[in-house]
Amino acid sequence: MFMNTRSKFDQNLKELKSLQLNMAAEAETAIKNAMLALLNQDIGLASKVMNGDQVIDDLEYDIHEKVLQLIAQQSPVAKDLRRLHVALTVSSEVERLGDIAVNIAKSVVHIGNEKYLKELSEIPKMMEMATEMLTEAITAFYSEDPALAKKCAEKDDQVDEMFGDILKELLTYTPQNPDSTNQIIQLAFVCRSIERIADHSTNIAENVIYLETGKRYNLNA
Amino acid sequence: MSIQTLTREIFDVKDLNLWYGDHHALKGIYFPIQKKEVTAMIGPSGCGKSTFLKTLNLMNKMIANVKITGEVKFDGQNILHPKTDLVELRKHVGMVFQKGNPFPQSIYDNVAYGPRIHGIKKKTHLDEIVTKALMDVALWDEVKDRLTAPALGLSGGQQQRLCIARALATKPDVLLMDEPTSALDPISTLKIEELIFELKEKYTIVIVTHNMQQAARVSDKTAFFLMGELIELSETSTIFSMPKDSRTEDYITGRFG
Repeated sequence: MFMNTRSKFDQNLKELKSLQLNMAAEAETAIKNAMLALLNQDIGLASKVMNGDQVIDDLEYDIHEKVLQLIAQQSPVAKDLRRLHVALTVSSEVERLGDIAVNIAKSVVHIGNEKYLKELSEIPKMMEMATEMLTEAITAFYSEDPALAKKCAEKDDQVDEMFGDILKELLTYTPQNPDSTNQIIQLAFVCRSIERIADHSTNIAENVIYLETGKRYNLNA
Repeated sequence: MSIQTLTREIFDVKDLNLWYGDHHALKGIYFPIQKKEVTAMIGPSGCGKSTFLKTLNLMNKMIANVKITGEVKFDGQNILHPKTDLVELRKHVGMVFQKGNPFPQSIYDNVAYGPRIHGIKKKTHLDEIVTKALMDVALWDEVKDRLTAPALGLSGGQQQRLCIARALATKPDVLLMDEPTSALDPISTLKIEELIFELKEKYTIVIVTHNMQQAARVSDKTAFFLMGELIELSETSTIFSMPKDSRTEDYITGRFG
């Protein structure tokens, strides 16, 4: 009597998940490329990131369409309903990650070939921490693993702290380097973007926990 | 007012077991039913939900080889007691079936049937009861000009509402509904669901439904039955969002059934 009566719905959910993973992979690549472009002052790569954002936006649109269609046709309840709600929320988070990659790329273009005032050392560390969080959030989402989601979110405070420290340091350069104000402002923007990557990763992690437990946690607090 | 009527439970079922011959159809059911609430029962065919419903007004006592043990208290009295007056019980606990089953009589006589059985003869009194019952089920405007017409000439949805009016005419406390919309089109179904929502003001409603969205829409509490057991009884919002038992989740999400 425990026959599976919902193979079509399960198939649709698999397709949805595959779309979500494609989108997450696109955003992760865009973020990593934007960071590489910053480190290497590679304007070509930065342009590629800016031009690639449409793919992520289109995937978000496809995911939203598919979710609405499944709600209309399948009347989902319980975990199925949470799964579709999470698909909408997470795809919006990932879309924002795509925009952040574009913002970093724009800063790379604005800085251009102007030599960095000081070799970037703290910013790459912050980047590494934020991308690690992003990868963990996506893996936790893929494997529906609340423990990994929690582990990911625990790093958010460290990224916030790094952001504060780097910002302070950047401000100290301003008086002595009035000609480099643009570079300093752009690097501050980049740091703000990296800090946002950590926040969005934490939001994705919160959704993984909600999907599994039905309970809302504010891991950013 | 008795102490019982002050409590919120109109039915209190404890350790109810029911056998059809050797078949153990209900297994140790504990089930409180709150006054003026809609309680929905869901579960796969043969899970015991209709059997449980029929136990609440002892409809299944008419079936041969039925054995019932435990306690089913209605307003404080155990109705499983052999001296229970079935006619009196069913006056308080009315029932509506899957398909509208009007008597082959006029619309008026269908509704007046119950009150007449209970001794009401005066025409003006019967008129009053029939009018009120038909208004309660939102059928009055549709039939007021043809009360003497045969009830079987009504549409399926109207017949079902007529049967609900017939059940209401005896002024019951509880209305049992066994899949009341399974034979109806979507618009008639919606009308019955709206009616259930309105009737809740005055009556306690217990409904068996195969339509889970219907349970989600109309009920305050939902009970999930499986193989004669009551697996879970909770607020409807809980059952359809975070059921406690994985079997409930598997059923409502269509993983079996």
